[in-house]
Amino acid sequence: MKIAFTAKGTDWDSQMDPRFGRTEYILVYDDEKETFESFDNRDIENEAHGAGPKTSQKLFELGAQVLITGNGPGGNAATVLQKAGVKSFIGAGGMNVKEAYKAYKNNELKEF
Amino acid sequence: MKIAIASGKGGTGKTTLSTNLSVLLSETERVVLTDLDVEEPNSGLFIKGDLKSEEIKYKMIPEWKEDTCTLCGECQKNCNFHAVIQLGPQIMVFPELCHSCFACSELCPTNSLPMQAQRMGTIKEYQYRQMAFVESCLDIGQEQAVPLIGQTNEYVNQKFDEDYIMIFDAPPGTSCPVIEATKDVDYVILVTEPTPFGLHDLKLAVETMKELKKDYGVVINRYGLGNDDVIDYCKEENVTVLAKIPNSRKVAEIYSKGKLIYNEIPEIKEQFLKLKEFILTRKKEFVQ
Repeated sequence: MKIAFTAKGTDWDSQMDPRFGRTEYILVYDDEKETFESFDNRDIENEAHGAGPKTSQKLFELGAQVLITGNGPGGNAATVLQKAGVKSFIGAGGMNVKEAYKAYKNNELKEF
Repeated sequence: MKIAIASGKGGTGKTTLSTNLSVLLSETERVVLTDLDVEEPNSGLFIKGDLKSEEIKYKMIPEWKEDTCTLCGECQKNCNFHAVIQLGPQIMVFPELCHSCFACSELCPTNSLPMQAQRMGTIKEYQYRQMAFVESCLDIGQEQAVPLIGQTNEYVNQKFDEDYIMIFDAPPGTSCPVIEATKDVDYVILVTEPTPFGLHDLKLAVETMKELKKDYGVVINRYGLGNDDVIDYCKEENVTVLAKIPNSRKVAEIYSKGKLIYNEIPEIKEQFLKLKEFILTRKKEFVQ
């Protein structure tokens, strides 16, 4: 299963980015293959509108089934994520990626 | 001649100025007042006229036709606003993000995104004493003010000739709705208050008007409150102060009852008469 994180950096020790649509990086961990990849999302800064749907679409293309983030997606993003079958977990905005993953594993994050 | 009443900061007195000035002008001139603050029009709280006509306004939004779509993805490439998103075998349209530019629809090779009319609001026209009053209001749940402001301007342009003094009560702020409400006017009156907040947002509004290359002047409302920083700023920047409306508890009392203030207090009337004179002089120059 592919798990996506919104983060401010590219590795496990990076701080989580509490924002979804305008997150700086998307990190994807595949817990079956144990692979870890990062995707630069900083282009989104140039977009005045529709950051939420755009980032949601990226998650769909990356094949993520779970999203771990901070504040949670807005209305439009949530609609796309739902259609894409991505489950969202929120409240990890103040953690680093490693802590966020642990919290998710321990069922400490709220499902959106 | 078209005059917009704008502000930067909200709550400085755009509606108070628009309504009172319009009614005062209409004693001797042909006037149409238009409320362009379509997200929360409130000139109507003070101007209770007879309803003459009502029009429902629409914006155009694409609708996906699944049966003819080949999922080529052109639509989402062409949308600058991410209002059209392809998600595997389906196309999603977000009406709140759509700017009705028609790009996705016109450039679709199989015509699978025809534009459909979607209701966004109403324009009502009233007669109040000798004055016409146009009120534009977005429907609940609609997020975009700009298309309705644009259509309201078209409505006013069609219905009223150049001989009218057209007063536009603009939305607050300095973003797209304000640009749309002020871009075609001949003069902009910026209403502010002599407080740090008022000054901060006045600066933004002045910058915006400079960028739009507009002719503008400032009215200081609730004058006597706060400090002199607004006056000093206007002096430094060579911005004309058109009037100073004194701060007064009595004004607040009259206003809270939904009544007009210009005729009730001599010091206030004096300032409104000053504004009227300024506008009539401008109009003469404008006609020549």
